[in-house]
Amino acid sequence: MEKELKVAALRNGTVIDHIPADKLYKVVSILHLNECAQQITIGNNLDSAKIGKKGIIKISDRVFAQVETNKIALIAPNAKINIIRDFVVVEKRALCLPKDIHEIVQCANPNCITNNQPVKTHFHVVTLGGEVILKCHYCEREVKREDAKIK
Amino acid sequence: MSNNSLVSISDYSKEEILAILDSAAEFEANPNRKTLDGRVIATLFFEPSTRTRLSFETAVIRLGGSIIGFSDAATSSSSKGETLNDTIHMVSCYADAIVMRHPLDGAARYAAEVSPVPIINAGDGSNQHPSQTLLDLYSILKTQGTLENLTICLVGDLKYGRTVHSLIMAMSHFHPTFKFIAPDELKMPDEYKVFCQKNNIPFTEVNELTENFNDADILYMTRVQKERFLDLMEYERVKNVYTLKNFMLVNSKPNLRILHPLPRVNEIDPDVDSNEKAYYFRQAQNGLYVRQAIVSKVLDQK
Repeated sequence: MEKELKVAALRNGTVIDHIPADKLYKVVSILHLNECAQQITIGNNLDSAKIGKKGIIKISDRVFAQVETNKIALIAPNAKINIIRDFVVVEKRALCLPKDIHEIVQCANPNCITNNQPVKTHFHVVTLGGEVILKCHYCEREVKREDAKIK
Repeated sequence: MSNNSLVSISDYSKEEILAILDSAAEFEANPNRKTLDGRVIATLFFEPSTRTRLSFETAVIRLGGSIIGFSDAATSSSSKGETLNDTIHMVSCYADAIVMRHPLDGAARYAAEVSPVPIINAGDGSNQHPSQTLLDLYSILKTQGTLENLTICLVGDLKYGRTVHSLIMAMSHFHPTFKFIAPDELKMPDEYKVFCQKNNIPFTEVNELTENFNDADILYMTRVQKERFLDLMEYERVKNVYTLKNFMLVNSKPNLRILHPLPRVNEIDPDVDSNEKAYYFRQAQNGLYVRQAIVSKVLDQK
């Protein structure tokens, strides 16, 4: 009951819930929340029946574009995103991994051009037998989604 | 970006590959054609590669074009810290196309994105070397009369060897059967085995060279490349693991031909050179015609 109250306490904005506790700060980082001027509440290591320990982020007066929230699918595919307006959830947004990922993933190949010259990283998202693979656009090396190094 | 760039063998469809091979055959019949008169091609070799550079430069000169460039990064402004982006922009002011060898993986794709003129990848680190693949295909076609339904043995460094990886991709259009012969340390990476499975290409993996290529049409030997090893101890363990000798060819098929991207070190004994099945030197010569075909395609010259 108390938990629902906390979420509902946001008048307008975005709630990102059910983030695995060890991924919370990665989500903060890829959404650049450290540079965000709006009010933010971050909770971590909260008890969750579903995933054990979870993190939650509430951002007031801000709605993220789909391309921004889709980045979360990379590291926390089961996170829940709710858009709140006047204390009411107006949108439950499904996470969908984009076909191409720019900048947020670092290539694991030390000899890749993106690790040696001022070149922004670019990965293609490929599904191989139910497994999600990221393929570097430049050096063509592949890495499993869970092994991808987030910048 | 110029769409005519050749970065990876997968940039070409089966039809484009076959068109290059047809065009190469025409150049072999008549190598001196002045179709590139007045055109300037830059050869930027940030990493030395005598064979590839000389064959591209000969290809351009035989077509009547001119060459600018460098054969070693030490003599270029990249040694002063210039980025690849800047070098490519600068050179594209002077040249109609750029042939580039670079030690970093992915350098060619990046260059093709930023360059206003076409890029021909002459090797980017351990990633791609499409002109080598096309000359391998040309050599296979010439010696077997077809690319279809052949049994191809790939031998040696199947882990780091980019030529064998690209050859698998390119041959996937032509229903091959592969045999991978490598020590455990240098086995074919899983992603290429998955690729074969996905494309219904049968393959087997073995450790021993002897007797294992008797059913093959092509025996593709590779050198264990010291420069690709991060761990030199590993290199020392595997560097001389296979040596092909003439007597080992006794039971091989009459149409078998031995290919090697060269340079070879110890993996083919010199006593094989006089065997009619040894094809690696003529394979290198085929590189000239194939590169004439590539440069012509990239510059839209017939």
